[in-house]
Amino acid sequence: MPTLTINGRSLSVDAANDTPLLWAIREQLQMTGTKFGCGAGLCGACTVHVNGEAVRSCQTMVGDVAGKKITTIEGLSAKGDHPLQKAWIAEQVPQCGYCQSGQIMQAASLLAKNSNPTKEEVVAHMDGNLCRCMTYSRIQKAIMRAASEMRTASATSNERRPT
Amino acid sequence: MNEHVKNLTPETTDLSRRSFLVGTAATGLVLGYAGVPGIESAAAAAPASFEPSVWYAISPDGLVTVTCGKADMGQHIASTMAQIVCEELGAKWSDMRVSLASNDPKFNDPVLGAQITGGSWSTMMNFEAMSRAGAAGRIALTEAAAAAMGLPPYFKDQLVVRDSVVSHPKSKKQMSFAEIVKSGKATKTFTPDELKAIKLKTPDQYTMIGVSVPQLDIPSKTNGTAKYGIDVMLPGMVYGKVVTPPVRFGATVKSVDDSEAKKVPGFMKAVILDDKTGTTSGWVVAVANTYANARKAADALKIAYDGGPNAKLSSQSLLDEAKRLQGLEDSGQFFVKDGDPNAAFGTAAKVVEAEYTTSINIHAPLEPMNATAEFKGDILHIYSGNQFATRSGAIAAGAAGIDPKFVVMHQHWLGGGFGRRLDADMMIPAVQAAKAVGKPVKVIYSRENDMTMDFSRPLTYQKVKAGIDGDGKLVALSHDVVSAWPTARWGIPDFLTPSVDKKGPLDSFTVNGADFFYTVPNHYVRAIKNELAHNATPSGQLRSVAPGWTFWAVESMIDEIAAATGKDPAQFRISLLDGAGKNDGGAQRLRNTLLAAMGLAGYGSRKLPQGEGMGVACVSSQERASASWTACVAHVAVAPSGAVTVKKLTVATDVGTQVHPDNIRAQVEGAALWGLSLAMYEKATLKDGGIEQTNFDSYRPLRMSQMPEVAVAVIANGEKATGVGEPAVTVVAPAIGNAIFNASGARVRALPITAEAVKASMKA
Repeated sequence: MPTLTINGRSLSVDAANDTPLLWAIREQLQMTGTKFGCGAGLCGACTVHVNGEAVRSCQTMVGDVAGKKITTIEGLSAKGDHPLQKAWIAEQVPQCGYCQSGQIMQAASLLAKNSNPTKEEVVAHMDGNLCRCMTYSRIQKAIMRAASEMRTASATSNERRPT
Repeated sequence: MNEHVKNLTPETTDLSRRSFLVGTAATGLVLGYAGVPGIESAAAAAPASFEPSVWYAISPDGLVTVTCGKADMGQHIASTMAQIVCEELGAKWSDMRVSLASNDPKFNDPVLGAQITGGSWSTMMNFEAMSRAGAAGRIALTEAAAAAMGLPPYFKDQLVVRDSVVSHPKSKKQMSFAEIVKSGKATKTFTPDELKAIKLKTPDQYTMIGVSVPQLDIPSKTNGTAKYGIDVMLPGMVYGKVVTPPVRFGATVKSVDDSEAKKVPGFMKAVILDDKTGTTSGWVVAVANTYANARKAADALKIAYDGGPNAKLSSQSLLDEAKRLQGLEDSGQFFVKDGDPNAAFGTAAKVVEAEYTTSINIHAPLEPMNATAEFKGDILHIYSGNQFATRSGAIAAGAAGIDPKFVVMHQHWLGGGFGRRLDADMMIPAVQAAKAVGKPVKVIYSRENDMTMDFSRPLTYQKVKAGIDGDGKLVALSHDVVSAWPTARWGIPDFLTPSVDKKGPLDSFTVNGADFFYTVPNHYVRAIKNELAHNATPSGQLRSVAPGWTFWAVESMIDEIAAATGKDPAQFRISLLDGAGKNDGGAQRLRNTLLAAMGLAGYGSRKLPQGEGMGVACVSSQERASASWTACVAHVAVAPSGAVTVKKLTVATDVGTQVHPDNIRAQVEGAALWGLSLAMYEKATLKDGGIEQTNFDSYRPLRMSQMPEVAVAVIANGEKATGVGEPAVTVVAPAIGNAIFNASGARVRALPITAEAVKASMKA
């Protein structure tokens, strides 16, 4: 029985090694924030982080991620208050909302490395995530807002650093 | 129509629920008592809750939970209903909650008399009922507060209701809604006549309507907690994966060999559907302990099919048949028959004729179709996000072979609807699999199932002929629309429209929009059913339905006429929107909307570089009776290769009254981008009776990198609230086509628009 490290917890799942991580997360662990959209890595609805990288959990097999650090939307922040989640609310991004866990996880992997992305960098990073409600412009705005907040927060913490 | 049976299992009936529903029934908004366990129609119904109407309850902690009878597929309609209630009730927005209604008929739409969500109808048709429900609650709470404060009844007009508090400024007394509910004194009930007599607020008194309050569903959609149908988990539940035949409709299963599937761990059974509702054909569902195993088992099944009568058909054969039918004198039925266009063509100075087509299009909401079915005692419980509970419950019942009154539908957030979830096909495999294995079954379509078995927007063929007199005036238009009939497929006579030539009912959801607000003295619109397409590609209602193709033809043709007579296409439209006769009112609103879009886009006032152009279109979706006024200016660049870049879409829309300005903008922008996606990127094709596109690599909705700038102007002129979810879908394609003509002289008449078609037309 493979053991997965998800959102800081070690959980064993009753699934064969060739089971897509997506279904282990959704069915075995009943964490349903990660969504099934296409089963082929074409839409991004199932995006989670493995060792900090955004991956499509429908294309990632359970056997390949044992021992690696997996983060889902449920574990992105303790209280749903990651700067991106706050920005998603501030910009009122979601319509149906189904793709948005994947959008947020995809965006989080960008901002973790680059908290000052250009619009072009945002588009290039997000183009694999479909939004059938076409909320793209609000997604862009929310990412920019979150990036700005993260820069401000980090500038503030830099100032406080003893010299 | 399904009605819940009473007290089937009395031991679990909550008597307290019955007692507070007495007040509900007395308001006149609801009749009947639902005693079926498992219907959580409102928030936890504590004994002391106050439920002034079927639409909401106020709990002793002061929380107001509005039950939304409309499907929420991202248009935030649940939040909008709460907002309308909140305005008249005088509650604080942070006290508002929403829950989604079951299929109990008491939650039927007050205008439509059924539970169906579509047509951009919800706000316009529920505004008054929600307002009156809210006002009734405020009156009841106010009178109770007056009594509790020891004020004589005639003092009640001195009470102020704001932010969930009833206060009496003179005596400085006040009571919160929570305190009033706890006091148990709020028991006033209303007869239907009393409800009707309530004086509602006038717009100048609004404090909530017109305010972009935070949507109540959005936080749960940023942290993974929003529950969609696909997220349902029931104890003992197993999973089903459908195996659908290579032919869209008409195939039958000859044999199923499950010997390989039996080697898959957890595999339980392969169930051949026996679908007496006629919704599916030739489907098998593989049932297993997990979805991953169900998929493996489904892949391992060896199924032999008889392809049936449609197995050789292609998009081309459907189009050929459409052209043949259009050419017949006696085809179809008339939707509009004003004057005599054929006589007018004889005397016209100029006649312009053109054919317009649209491809098959797939809804592809991001949440694949799914449903969970569970038999508990005599009751069939269905868990799914659905737009048409009234009919879908009956389909589920048909699949189970039981009376629809024994079906309870548990509504969820919809991971996209766009009309796809008006259908109930996904419930059939869930029901029959649950019956076969004796356990709750969740059926989830693969994306491939979802795409190839869509109730698609039908392939359409339209022929339009226009007659112009010596002064360049449009005097005659005849318009034939040939397509599958999406709404006729439902078999519900109320959704069909009598033909004006009395040749029986027609499906107006194929011709709506062709009865436009332009003044044309001689005007025919003929609806022609393409029976071949109807049978081979059972069609559905895709966001905006008929206006998605009728305005493609009408608004392209208007441009062609303007070009043929040397007029500016926008000014030509304005001259046709003269408001004469039956067009009075609507035409002027559409004209004003067009002018607003022109102004915002800089139409005619900006000099554009070589190879760029602007095109206009204006539309009134969906029915004339429920029209909304939308105009678009598209700005495009056309390369010599024929490649089109849409640089900007400027959309203006007259919504009458705006409940939630920010949501209107979100809906209009989303709809406009849908219009762009359908105009440029989305195309499905039929080959050998099957849909060729199976996933997002071959069927390609707009992605972020393809998004142009979108500017939206919302006109709120105080008229009644109109719908906003759909109209902007329909206006974009013709605006782009017209812009391409303006930029390059190329006229495109087929959707989606391709570089090849543009280039070919440039050369011609």
